[in-house]
Amino acid sequence: MKFGVIVFPGANCDHDMFHALKKVMGEDVAFIWHQEVSLREFDAVVLPGGFSYGDYLRVGAVARFSPILKEVVSFARQGKKVLGICNGFQILTECGLLPGAFMRNKNLRFVCKNVFIRTENKNTAFTNTLFSGQVLKIPIAHGEGNYFIEESGLKELQDNQQIVFRYSSVDGDTAEIYNPNGSLDNIAALINREGNVLGMMPHPERAMEALLNSTDGRFIFESMRS
Amino acid sequence: MKAVIKVRLKKGILDPQGKTVNTALQHLGFHNFSDVRIGKLIELNLHETNRVGAGKMVEDACKKLLANPVIEDFTYEIFEEEN
Repeated sequence: MKFGVIVFPGANCDHDMFHALKKVMGEDVAFIWHQEVSLREFDAVVLPGGFSYGDYLRVGAVARFSPILKEVVSFARQGKKVLGICNGFQILTECGLLPGAFMRNKNLRFVCKNVFIRTENKNTAFTNTLFSGQVLKIPIAHGEGNYFIEESGLKELQDNQQIVFRYSSVDGDTAEIYNPNGSLDNIAALINREGNVLGMMPHPERAMEALLNSTDGRFIFESMRS
Repeated sequence: MKAVIKVRLKKGILDPQGKTVNTALQHLGFHNFSDVRIGKLIELNLHETNRVGAGKMVEDACKKLLANPVIEDFTYEIFEEEN
């Protein structure tokens, strides 16, 4: 598979993502500068984390108008895989590839720590190497991870099994106390109706090597290539 | 022409910043204040002479970029003078 990692001005997780894909997963990867206008050679595209455009106006609001985003939208409409991590997830909601929006964390703090997330839907291109209910330990690092969608939107997400991961305890309990940012329904990751666009707030690329924290992030990439 | 746009969080959406500021105001003795909510003010110059046209452009800009319709509402005013 050929992966492309999009680089916006202000992105800072692009190199970690590149390392995860190339050095750990052994995949063919290339950086895509945000002003490029073609994604033809790629099988999957990743929007990494960071502070694209300094989070000016709203997180992801300006990145949405980068030349490459139009290509990402059409790439997604062709059914190809798109993965958005953290700021990448925020950009996907701003451009409408995923529903909802992000707000400041409920406790107003930037939260940077390992969390546990429970697998709510293992039948996706990004989670098929996991079992239902499997709990992963993956770090988060964000100040605006508070996901919001209005009631009817939430019901649709629940009915269509679009909620892929929820914040939980190590044992998979998804009570509110395990929610680090106030996200509605403890939502940590969502997939679109078509099943090819995933957005997740935790950073799987920071959970790839035992020496550096956890290897639970590997499941996402192993699923993508199977 | 000049446009002054106010972007606010939709009613019912939790505003922890507003709550924090409310608490701080109470501590400062402003016991008569309550329900603080924080929004954004955006000002811009419009090189347009038609008021209706100007209004349409501002609305368009708000819908496309300046406000996120999932969580925000906007209002705007158009003024004749240009700075």
